Amino acid sequence: MSVTTVERGPAAEPAAAASEPSYLTGENTVASWLLTRDHKRIALLFFASITFFFFIGGFAATLMRLNLATPEGLLQPAVYNRMFTMHGIIMVWFFLIPSIPTTFGNFFVPLMIGARDLAFPRVNLASWYVFNLSGLVVLFALVMGGADAGWTFYTPLSTSYANGYVFAAALAVFINGFSSIMTSLNFIVTIHRLRAPGMTWMRLPLFIWGIYAVSGVMLTATPVLAMDTFLLAVERFLGVGLFDPNHGGDPLLWQHMFWFYSHPAVYIMILPAMGVASEIIPCYARRPIFGYSGMTMALMAIAILSFFVWAHHMFVAGISIYSGVAFSLMTFFVAVPSAIKVFNWTVSLHKGSIIFDAPMLYALSFVLLFTLGGVTGLMLATLGIDVDVHGTYFVVAHFHYVMVGATVSAFFGALHYWWPKMTGRLYPEIWARFAAILTFVGFNLTFFPQFILGYLGMPRRSYTYSPEWQSWNLLSSAGASILAIAYILPLLYLGWSLLRGRKASANPWRATGLEWATRSPPPAHNFERTPVVALEPYCYDPERDTYVTQEGVPHAG
Amino acid sequence: MPASAPPLRPEIQFASLEQQGETAQLGMWAFLVNETLFFGALIFTYYIYRLSYPHEFAAAAKDAVLWCGSVNLVILLTSSLTMVLAINAGAQDQRQAMIGWLIATAALGGVFLLIKGYEYYLDFQDKVVPVVNFAAKPGEGSAGQLFWVFYWVATGLHAIHLTVGIGLVLYMLLRRIRHGEITPAYYAPLEVVGIYWSFVDAVWLFLYPCIYLVGRS
Amino acid sequence: MYHWIPFWPDTAAVNAIVVNNLYIAELGVSGLIMVTVVAMMLTFCIRYRKGSAASRADRVQKTWHFEIGWTIATLGAFLVLFVWGAAIYIWLYQAPRGDEEVYVVAKRWMWKIEHPGGQSEIDALHVPVNKTIRVVMASEDVIHSFFVPAFRIKRDVVPGTLETIWFKADKIGVFKLECAQFCGLQHATMQGEVDVLSGPDYARWLTEQGVHESLAEQGEAVFRAHGCSGCHGNNSTVHAPPLAGLYGTYVHMQDGSVRLADEAYIRDCILNPRSFTVAGYPPLMPDFAGQLGEDDLLKLVAYIKSLGKQESAQ
Repeated sequence: MSVTTVERGPAAEPAAAASEPSYLTGENTVASWLLTRDHKRIALLFFASITFFFFIGGFAATLMRLNLATPEGLLQPAVYNRMFTMHGIIMVWFFLIPSIPTTFGNFFVPLMIGARDLAFPRVNLASWYVFNLSGLVVLFALVMGGADAGWTFYTPLSTSYANGYVFAAALAVFINGFSSIMTSLNFIVTIHRLRAPGMTWMRLPLFIWGIYAVSGVMLTATPVLAMDTFLLAVERFLGVGLFDPNHGGDPLLWQHMFWFYSHPAVYIMILPAMGVASEIIPCYARRPIFGYSGMTMALMAIAILSFFVWAHHMFVAGISIYSGVAFSLMTFFVAVPSAIKVFNWTVSLHKGSIIFDAPMLYALSFVLLFTLGGVTGLMLATLGIDVDVHGTYFVVAHFHYVMVGATVSAFFGALHYWWPKMTGRLYPEIWARFAAILTFVGFNLTFFPQFILGYLGMPRRSYTYSPEWQSWNLLSSAGASILAIAYILPLLYLGWSLLRGRKASANPWRATGLEWATRSPPPAHNFERTPVVALEPYCYDPERDTYVTQEGVPHAG
Repeated sequence: MPASAPPLRPEIQFASLEQQGETAQLGMWAFLVNETLFFGALIFTYYIYRLSYPHEFAAAAKDAVLWCGSVNLVILLTSSLTMVLAINAGAQDQRQAMIGWLIATAALGGVFLLIKGYEYYLDFQDKVVPVVNFAAKPGEGSAGQLFWVFYWVATGLHAIHLTVGIGLVLYMLLRRIRHGEITPAYYAPLEVVGIYWSFVDAVWLFLYPCIYLVGRS
Repeated sequence: MYHWIPFWPDTAAVNAIVVNNLYIAELGVSGLIMVTVVAMMLTFCIRYRKGSAASRADRVQKTWHFEIGWTIATLGAFLVLFVWGAAIYIWLYQAPRGDEEVYVVAKRWMWKIEHPGGQSEIDALHVPVNKTIRVVMASEDVIHSFFVPAFRIKRDVVPGTLETIWFKADKIGVFKLECAQFCGLQHATMQGEVDVLSGPDYARWLTEQGVHESLAEQGEAVFRAHGCSGCHGNNSTVHAPPLAGLYGTYVHMQDGSVRLADEAYIRDCILNPRSFTVAGYPPLMPDFAGQLGEDDLLKLVAYIKSLGKQESAQ
């Protein structure tokens, strides 16, 4: 294994490094933030944007759960249909897909590989502007009344029949794709070219592997969606197009191309979350991750296999029986590396010295919720059962477990874990643990009943339902209110900690990664000296309660 | 290089100009992976329908203006050559030759767009613009329109890409080269533009048979 | 037989029983995985919490044989489930000829059911118990999905083609019929019911509808009105492919391919004949795209299917 990957000439060392102010306190004009090329500031800009969209999408979800508390409902059917469509579009493209990569990825990829910035800082900033441009378009669609075709835009409903702002919504998704592409391209190139001396591929922290895998998926899947939504917009705008059966087009072609992106998109959401869990669990179990190389291989296997399973969204859509069988088999294959990861995380607790701080609680709930989402995914991959539960609340519950339960738990876990590094302040531990537990309880209360509703036959995307299903729906709505509190709570105490929280040291969690080798918050160019990596990540020793950082510096308990 | 030009320094995240140049090239290649899938998805759509409606597509494609497409193919292939010659000249410090070949490249790109525009005019006369001015020809059926939707989307997107390419070449000429930022020691920006230019050329290589050669054998 | 399981939906068809068994097996496998993970996690979390006295010495260093073990175990279990599920899928989605047929036209936001005898109903489907029912479905506008939870069957109804599904109800009663694909404003109310009747009750219900013209006879009227009989009629001089006995046979096409003449094929030939030129016949037929509603198309299909039966009966 070669040790040196990038040669750094001494000429590039910052001159007066020791006195450099932190990235937060350097220059603080509005222009210095809006025109910044510092990946850390751009990460915070993204954080502000996606938090905004998270609460917009969450607001739509609140209305939906309120409406479903009774079979009669509160909302007009048209309003309900627009709410679930906008909830889907905003949560998928404006929160979940960018969530971990654009914030923690942006902030920590250079820090964790020992670089001073991403490879293309201007592209990074442009990505934020493009993201906000697409956000404005989607807000326009929302304010004008919303689109009403479902986030999947199935043709010909979306092209010929829906009467909401489908064109604007599709345009927003199209523009949003450019932001994804710019960000992922930046990560790939950065991870390839800007690793610190000694940071070989098999010494990369698993979070970097997760971001690398997700960037590959984003870079290759997003253009297909871009072309797909472009053709959809053409068809919607001009009235003639490629998915209209009246012109000889095939409505299923839309679905094929849409899911060719949108199934990998599910992995776009979960792969970085897997990376986060793989950072947090060893740190709080104080032992090395179980099977590092197996974990990297599983990540890459998931990323690659995710491209060959898309038609499992179409088992009942009229594809040929044999392609259904083939895609079911591929789906079972992609479940294997996922199962390996779950077992490895769990066994990573074995003979550890486990600390149950908030990030660890979030990481453990990530593993549990991902496992439950995974095993129900197996049911959906099984053709005979998918025929029954497809298009019901069973599917809704399944993907919320994976995309919301697991990913958002990991997001909050990452937020707490890296909060001291990002802000220089410690968060209040008691409140954070409370929020973590509340999230887990609220989430299960919201979505577990939906599995049962789905198997009983309640179709998704319905503003009303049979009265005999009310108790389950009521339970789900009650859980949603708990979940809402659990999601708002961190906003409050983290905001408080910004002003009043205790100052954090450089390495408050006694972790091994390079990001902890610099100050909290880091200086504008990350490192006062270029780090040289000597070891693989996660060199924790639970027996003696010691650890060795990736630079090879041992620390006693 | 003008004597007043300051020596180039790598950006803060790079250790050397060489590393910066290599990184920029990798970035462009990664971007082209993405572009390949973008156009790939479109061509895939086209083939799906061409397999479903072979006769209709053959009938519709007969109305495509063959000479325009063929001349444009020659022009674009030539422009890739001039682009490579420009990079070559840049690497060997032949400033005048580099500028000359770059002007030739941009000019060939412009001629392509002019011919394309004239072809669009002919198409409009021929009533093959879906929705705006369309009349189905005998043998096309309702699927003939699918061909023309593909034609307009594909050639339109290609023209946008080519326009961006011409813009990049002009940017190189009017800014980077004028300010002496392209030297034999560091000509990566020019190479990156060259990679992009060749990609746009290659896209036409794939679109050309799809549009102009269907049903003409 | 499953009524004792809590939160279990109605099981009212042979299809449902088969799916139930698989579902219970899957619940078992999923439960086993969940319990394993939770038990391991809980044990480790308690035993190895910070400050506990448990020994941390001799951690597992070589991990690959555990990983290979898990890979093989999960892969094995998954393959069993895959084969089982796929077998059911193939069985569910290859509709047999059936004892009875019904035609379904989905449009926003209703299910229109047409029986071969000419009886039609809206948002309700009357079927006899213990008979295999073949359902042929068309959509007038957007994608709908025909879903009967108590039978565990579902299939999207995609516009531009015909989809078929089948079931065999084994319980008399009224069951929900739902649309499972979002189809616009009133998607939630696009519901109906399936009335499973005993044989005699079903026969009585059919006669009570007071219909004089069967679906095939209605189709024959459409056949004449659109001039189909000019070429495809018995006395025609035009060289057109014969329709009698066509349904269910394999047709050799001009381009060398061979196609099964099922309902979807007949429909495609009417709408887009140029892509379905039969070997040995000139491509003369005009296309009828946009001229026939799904209702009329289904009647035509029913008529052309009936031609085969009449021939063989003679």
